[in-house]
Amino acid sequence: MSKKPPAPMPSKAITRRNRRNAYLFLLPNFLGFLVFTFIPVIFAFALSFTNWQGSNKMDFIGIDNFIRMFGDSDFTISFINTVIYTVGTVPFIMLFALLLSMLINSGIKGAPIFRALHFFPHISSIVAISVVWQFLYNNSQGPINMFLRSIGIQNPPGWLSSATWALPAVMIMIIWKYIGYYMINYLAGLQAIPKDLYEAATIDGANGIEQFFYVTLPQLKPTTFYVLIMAVIESFKVFTPIHVMTQGGPGRATSVLVYQIYRDAFVNFEMGYASAMSMALFVVIFVVTLIQFKLQNKYEN
Amino acid sequence: MATKALQDINKKPLTPQRVVITILKYLVILCTSAMMVLPFLWMISASFKDNLDVFEFPIKWIPDPFVTENYTYIWEQANYIVLFANTIKLTLIITLLQLITCSLAAYAFSKIIFPERDKLFLAYLATLMVPFQVIMIPQFIIIRNLGLSDSHLALILIQAFSPMGVFLLRQFYLTIPNELSEAARIDGLNEFGIYSRIILPLAKPTLASLTIFTSVTVWNDFLSPLIYLSSSDKFTIQLGLRNLISENSAEYGAIMAASVISLIPILIVFLSCQKFFVEGTTAGSVKG
Repeated sequence: MSKKPPAPMPSKAITRRNRRNAYLFLLPNFLGFLVFTFIPVIFAFALSFTNWQGSNKMDFIGIDNFIRMFGDSDFTISFINTVIYTVGTVPFIMLFALLLSMLINSGIKGAPIFRALHFFPHISSIVAISVVWQFLYNNSQGPINMFLRSIGIQNPPGWLSSATWALPAVMIMIIWKYIGYYMINYLAGLQAIPKDLYEAATIDGANGIEQFFYVTLPQLKPTTFYVLIMAVIESFKVFTPIHVMTQGGPGRATSVLVYQIYRDAFVNFEMGYASAMSMALFVVIFVVTLIQFKLQNKYEN
Repeated sequence: MATKALQDINKKPLTPQRVVITILKYLVILCTSAMMVLPFLWMISASFKDNLDVFEFPIKWIPDPFVTENYTYIWEQANYIVLFANTIKLTLIITLLQLITCSLAAYAFSKIIFPERDKLFLAYLATLMVPFQVIMIPQFIIIRNLGLSDSHLALILIQAFSPMGVFLLRQFYLTIPNELSEAARIDGLNEFGIYSRIILPLAKPTLASLTIFTSVTVWNDFLSPLIYLSSSDKFTIQLGLRNLISENSAEYGAIMAASVISLIPILIVFLSCQKFFVEGTTAGSVKG
C-alpha cells in the first residue's frame, strides 16, 4: 500500500480541531460501513459457531458446523465443483486474454473497435448472458447443437441437461465473458514494456518467438500474476450463472460453493451452518489475497 | 480492411511470409470478434421473432415476419416499466450516495492528520478482501432486525458505503500535493472548502470512473436483490428477467426482448464512456 505522508507533531488545539473535522467528513460513510460491512464481517465469523436457523434461539455449538460440513456431500461436491470450475476457466481465460491482447497490440487497423467488441460481454448483465446462452445451449433445437449436427456430429453434447456437460457448458460461457476484461489488463501491461527491450533483442538476433519468451512474458509477470489472483477470486465467487442456468443440476453436477451457501442460508434457513461454509470461502480468498500481498511486495522491491 | 493492412506493411520489406502472417492475424481477430458478437446478434434477432421461429435453423438473422409484440408484451404484461423504474432509482441513489460519502471519507483519510486515522483506515482495508458472499448472511440478519426486508432501502444501505470507493478515492487524493491544500488553508478556506473547491475538481476523472463502475455494478446486480426482494413490484430488471424464465419459460421471444432491454442502458453507457471503462479496469494492475 502507499506510504502515509510524514506527520509533523501538531499541537493539542490543532489535533482537537483536526479530529473534529475528520470525524465530520468520515461520519456518513463510517456509520454505514460500521453497520453494514464491519459488524457483519465480525458477525459472520461468530455465526459459523452457532446453530441459528433464522428464528430459533442462537446457541453456541462450537465447531459442530465445521465437522458436519466435511461429512456433508452437498458441501464437498460444491467445493470440488468450484475447484474444477476455477481450474477449468482461469488458465484458458488468461491464455486467450494474453494472445488477444498481443494480437490487438500488434499494430492492426481498427484495434479500438476489436478491443470494445471483446470487452462488451464483461460489462453485460450476467443474467441476460446466461439466459441467452441457455437458449444457445438448448439440447434439441439450440443453434449450437443444430450447427454441430449440420457439420456431421450425430450426437452433440446435451450441454446443460447432461450431468457431464453442464459444468463445462457454464465454464465455456464464462471464459467467453471474461476474456475481454483480462485482455484489457494485458494490453496495459504490454504497453508498459519499454520499446528498447525489443530493439535490443532484435539487435541480438532474437526472432519473434524468442522475443515473446525472453522479453514479453518476463515483463508481463506482474500483470499475469494480478490477472491470475483476480480470476481465481472471481471464480470462487461464481453464483449467478448457476442460479439462472442450472440451479446446481442436473443432480448436483453444477452446484458450486456460493450456490450451496445461498441455498442453505436463504432457502433452508440454516444460517449458522451456511455461515460455516462461507468461512470456507473466506479462507480460500484470504489465502489467495495473502499470496498476492507477499508476491506483490516482492515484485515492487 | 485487409488490403489497407497490406499497403501498410509495404513500408517494411514485403515478404510472402509477412503477408501470410498479416492475413492470419486479421482472420483470427475477425473470428474471435464474431464469436463475441454473435450471441448478442442472435438475441436481438430472436427478440423480434415469433416463439415458433426463434430456434429456426439455419438461423434467419433478419426476422421474417418481423414481430414487435415481444416488446409490447414485456413492457405491458410483464410489468417491465415498473422494474425499469426500480432499477434506475436504485442505481441513481446508490451511486450518488457512494460518491458523496466515499469522497468525504477519503478526504479525511488523506488530507487531515488525526490520531486514529491509520487504525480506522486499516479497518476499511481489512474488509476489502472479504467478499459480499461471505457477509451476506449477517447483513441479512441486521437488515431484517431493522425491519427493512423486502425494501429498496435495504439494497441502498448495503451498497452505498462501499469501502472500495473510499479506497480508490483516497489513493487518488494522495497523489494531490499537500501544498495545494496547505496554501488554501492559509488563504482562509475551511476544510469543506478545500474538499469541495480544490480536491473534488481535481478528482473528476476518478469520480467518473467510480460513477460508471458503481452504476454498472448496481444495474447488473443479481444476488442482493435476490436475497432481499420478495414482492414482484419491487423487483429489479435482473430479478425480473430471472423470474420470467422460470414462469414463462416457453415465451422465447419475450425472454430475448427482456434480455435486450436489460442490456441497452449498459451499451449506451459503454459507448459514451469507453475511456473510463478501460481506465477503471487497469487501475489496479499496472504499477507506477
